Amino acid sequence: MAVKNVIEAVREALREEMQRDPKVFVMGEDVGKRGGVFLATQGLIDEFGESRVIDTPLAEASIMGIALGAAFRGMRPIPEVQFSDFIWPAMNQLIGETARACYGSNGVLQVPLVIRVPYGGGIRGGLFHSQNVESIFFHTPGLKVIAPATPYDIKGLLKSAIRDNSPVVFLEHKKTYRLVRGELPEGEYTIPIGKADVKRAGEHITIVSYGLMLHYCLEAAEAVSGEGIDVEVVDLRTLRPLDKETVLNSVKKTGKLLIVHEDNVTGGVGAEIAALVADEAFEYLDGPVKRLCGPDVPTMPFAQTLEDEYMPNTDKIVQALRKQAAY
Amino acid sequence: MAMILELPHVGESVVEGTIGKWLKQPGDKLMRFEPLVEVITDKVTMEVPSPIDGSLLKILAQEGETVPMGAPIAELETADGSDGAALAPAADPTPAPAAAKQPAPVGTTGYLVKNINPVGPTGGGVEAELESPAPVQAQQQAPPPTDQSTPEAPGGASRPSPAVRRLAREHGVDLAQVSGTGLGGRITRDDLIRYVEAKESPAGTPTQVKPPPQPEAGADEQHVPLTPVRRMIADAMVRSVSQIPHAWSTIEVDVTGLVALRAQVRTAFEQREGVDLTYMPFAIKALAESLKEHPTLNASWGGDKITLKRRINVGIAVAAPQGLVVPVIHDADRLSIAGLATALRDLTQRARQNRLTIEDVQGGTFTLNNTGALGSIISYPIINHPQAAILTTEAIQKRAMVRDDAIAIRSMMNICMAFDHRINDGAESGAFLQAVKSRLESMGPDTPLY
Repeated sequence: MAVKNVIEAVREALREEMQRDPKVFVMGEDVGKRGGVFLATQGLIDEFGESRVIDTPLAEASIMGIALGAAFRGMRPIPEVQFSDFIWPAMNQLIGETARACYGSNGVLQVPLVIRVPYGGGIRGGLFHSQNVESIFFHTPGLKVIAPATPYDIKGLLKSAIRDNSPVVFLEHKKTYRLVRGELPEGEYTIPIGKADVKRAGEHITIVSYGLMLHYCLEAAEAVSGEGIDVEVVDLRTLRPLDKETVLNSVKKTGKLLIVHEDNVTGGVGAEIAALVADEAFEYLDGPVKRLCGPDVPTMPFAQTLEDEYMPNTDKIVQALRKQAAY
Repeated sequence: MAMILELPHVGESVVEGTIGKWLKQPGDKLMRFEPLVEVITDKVTMEVPSPIDGSLLKILAQEGETVPMGAPIAELETADGSDGAALAPAADPTPAPAAAKQPAPVGTTGYLVKNINPVGPTGGGVEAELESPAPVQAQQQAPPPTDQSTPEAPGGASRPSPAVRRLAREHGVDLAQVSGTGLGGRITRDDLIRYVEAKESPAGTPTQVKPPPQPEAGADEQHVPLTPVRRMIADAMVRSVSQIPHAWSTIEVDVTGLVALRAQVRTAFEQREGVDLTYMPFAIKALAESLKEHPTLNASWGGDKITLKRRINVGIAVAAPQGLVVPVIHDADRLSIAGLATALRDLTQRARQNRLTIEDVQGGTFTLNNTGALGSIISYPIINHPQAAILTTEAIQKRAMVRDDAIAIRSMMNICMAFDHRINDGAESGAFLQAVKSRLESMGPDTPLY
């Protein structure tokens, strides 16, 4: 198996799905001639032409609305929002319309679209290039929300998302694009939506995480293994629908839970998981459920020291694990 | 004062760059902001300006070399003896790590490139040595779990956790009998499990703590870390074999005339041109002319179409010290045999000195590999993705052949070709091989070199 990075995995998935199904097309700002600002769509315009790789104006509401219309008409659009920070103008189309179309039409309208959203911080992007937007979509029935962390998962899940008949918000942590490398199988494969993955098995503490943070969690788990702390790391991969079974099974085994995400702590994905565990695994808990998340500040600070303070990292996770272990 | 110039971070999600061309040579004077070196990344090509007034002392990263962002690429000397502000002092002689070394095995979970400096909105950071322990390593000496600074457990020792209460109920344990090891003497779930197991095991001994997993024992083998070039070659080969349906064909070529021609002109040619005349320029000539006739061999597969290439750029496989490289003779169809000989000599020399530029290795439309140089007489080459075919010239041998119903001693050479069967069928590729063959066979003492 070849070792590739995340952006290559995204590109491979898009190319393979576009080759497989002529209804699949991509659209967004700079996705065509420029190949996307991260080069996720590089080369696609040469292979598939301007009618399937569409450069759009800087107008996210239109991008989303046009994609929705195309999906109604049987196409499989993959609109890209250049940075998650720019998704807000599309919110009415996305949450007001897209998420509700199938239910509201009693299943008459299908919306097989995937909106690709590069998100996340830790890249000195400051106010407008670092935002975590997942909690709002996580909260919204009618959407599926996927946030993989490895090249293998991102390719397999992106392919599944494209083939799915529901609207999918596909979150790609942009810091992972060229920073995370892993093996990609040569042949065709997909990964089912809604299945978490135990990336590391352990007995003492469960960490639930996703996206970039997963890798810091794995590093931290490795770091404390020498202290006799055996950590299980669950990668959610799909946020909505949440794989409750994998989370609950892990917590029932370890009795302790640490949730790590970069998004603001209040009302985030971690809050839901904490509630789930309190509700359905209470009798198995041997300590308080802890969250290590981005603080409740309005945006990612630009200053390096403040960004470091904001971002959970391996050190902070190690400290949290030690406290959990000692409890 | 001597300074180290590091490969600068660009505001893109890029972790490494390839040195394209040094615009200054050691000893040259530098003006601040004057272009110093061209750096090629997979997103941009940029000219890195000199950060100082002074001079270039030494080049640390050679042209064509790929180095991580932040790796030292040159030593500079400031004109005024200042410390060059943000530059690092040249004291550290540590060579640039060639590129990401990766822990084995990688697996599909992947790994994180370490020592990351955030660089800007489109993401990315530095990749540096992966072997250095993570910063957390140092903190493993940190306060032990019972440290007083750890906050009190909510509820303290008196309130057992739900898990402990459930287990105590299930096993009928009186919690007053169990000693706690948790925070503030709290009975942990593990304390209870140990207590129950000790009571239930016949000897009454506490159960053994699981030994930590043993590190893998070294077998009779040795791991050799992959060089970036090795990894690139490996990726390219896998891509080619997994994506291109290869078909192979071999024909034999009577090169008696060519052998005679070369023997006749070789010495004079070398005196005149300073270049040893090998068989390769003749092969490239025959190949380039035949490609002109058979454009579908000078092409690439595009999913729903075939892309024919107007230019005939012949890549030549060269065994360089660092591994296989394929420098390209651009527009080979426009060069004479003498011109091809000179171009080939230049490329192979620079390949062996590791001085190829990025342009030298880009744009190939067809690849030629002279496997005969290694004594091979038949090969099954792997196509240089995304080209349509690859051709090898095998060793020339005198063989007994039948000519006009008599046995004749002829100089014979096999040419082998792998072709992308999506683009060409046997008919086209066979016709192409015949074209190459007839050109090579028609070469003789009258063939012009210029």
